[in-house]
Amino acid sequence: MEFPEEFKYTEEHEWVMVEKELATIGITDFAQDALGDVVFVELPEVGTVLEVGKPFGVVESVKAVSDIYAPIAGTVEEINEDLVEAPEIINTSPYEDGWMIKIRMTDASAADALMSSEDYQALIAEES
Amino acid sequence: MKKTPLNQVHRELGARMVDFGGWDMPVQYSGVIDEHLAVRQAAGLFDVSHMGEVEVTGPNALAFIQQLTINDVSKLVDGQIQYSALCYPEGGNVDDVTLYRFNDSRFLFCVNASNTDKDFAWMQKVLADSAMTDVTLNNRSAEFAQIALQGPKAEEILAGLTDVSLADLVYYHFCEGDVAGVNMIISRTGYTGEDGFELYLPASAAVEIWRQLMKAGATYGLLPIGLGARDTLRLEKGYALYGHELSREISPLEAGLAWITKLDNDDFVGKAALVAQKADGVPRRRVGLVMQERGIPREGYPVFVGDREVGIVTSGTMSPTLKVGVALALVEPDVAKADTELEVAIRNRRMRAVVTRPPFVK
Repeated sequence: MEFPEEFKYTEEHEWVMVEKELATIGITDFAQDALGDVVFVELPEVGTVLEVGKPFGVVESVKAVSDIYAPIAGTVEEINEDLVEAPEIINTSPYEDGWMIKIRMTDASAADALMSSEDYQALIAEES
Repeated sequence: MKKTPLNQVHRELGARMVDFGGWDMPVQYSGVIDEHLAVRQAAGLFDVSHMGEVEVTGPNALAFIQQLTINDVSKLVDGQIQYSALCYPEGGNVDDVTLYRFNDSRFLFCVNASNTDKDFAWMQKVLADSAMTDVTLNNRSAEFAQIALQGPKAEEILAGLTDVSLADLVYYHFCEGDVAGVNMIISRTGYTGEDGFELYLPASAAVEIWRQLMKAGATYGLLPIGLGARDTLRLEKGYALYGHELSREISPLEAGLAWITKLDNDDFVGKAALVAQKADGVPRRRVGLVMQERGIPREGYPVFVGDREVGIVTSGTMSPTLKVGVALALVEPDVAKADTELEVAIRNRRMRAVVTRPPFVK
């Protein structure tokens, strides 16, 4: 399993990639593997205001329903429409084609507080 | 946690293990969808050793089972199997079972794993209350391993390991014979809706027979199958699962099992309540639902017609074959007819569904 160095991570197993005020968000390789075959994704509408820690979407595998939580505050700029037709992309490409949303961050420095790749790997080592 | 004789084999295969009613069982190996499609298109191997086996023997065995179960045991011939159920006097369900007739004084029940102890105690109680003699109950669950081989390639795979004439073994019949040199019960049954077999073998031979079957099936695309795909396979066919479509609170008439509920039989446990329920009108009916929108119905989601709540989803999934959400639900009788349009409340949304008579996948 890979956890790109340049990303930030959360305890809820999301990754965040920051480019200036924009943050791209998805779920980690660990998360997609634990979920199993993803068969449904529900994403917010563009323009939705996200609050930290509040669910903004849902990922469903054959067996389970999981909420996706906003790791940082902001406004949804873009959603990955491809996931509606082909949710399994989250399994095959969790960090690239399987991205979920892009948000304009309320505070661009907010992502600094999230976990590094190293910290996240230590967390999942404890969980598994 | 309880373990089947194949526990170590699952771990070697890299299965993801879960606690299933107190049993440490594989939920998936390569992935639920992959496994599901393998069973539909080729074949799959399931460890179902957690299932319970209770033997009933003695001159009064048949008479006792006729009293214990809701189906008509007198219709069974030697070597035949019957789907049946045990009910409480109030009409609720103790368990659904398969019943194997060896001869008129020897039968074997296959019961749901997590119900085994409850069922055995219930059988003992019904026997004691009946004051019937010459019936012996024997819980043989620990002696048996059970392996299911399911799928269109099942017969070809098994034929390579046995001299038994499988072509002569028809659906819901069984025989005793050797597979890879081990004597076992070969049963033409399953829980997937595909052709296939359930093998009842000595627990001590389970690992060897599993390995022989996997080897024999390798060229046919045989995969090991976990509980995840076992559930999606049975749901696509609309089969009831105890604890979901059946329970102490759900009668077999409500659960769509009127076809095995023989109300004309002599007195059996639950008969009076079930006769009354039929006369009064069944309060709920089990139906199949096919989603008309992108959304997955799950157990516990309420079902609506307009503002009126008419029922609840008892099992639901995304069908790997159809790629749409399908469910079994208990609903009020006036909305149970095929083609009725309903809505399932999925989180904060209502999504359209149509009542569809299972199987969802033919």
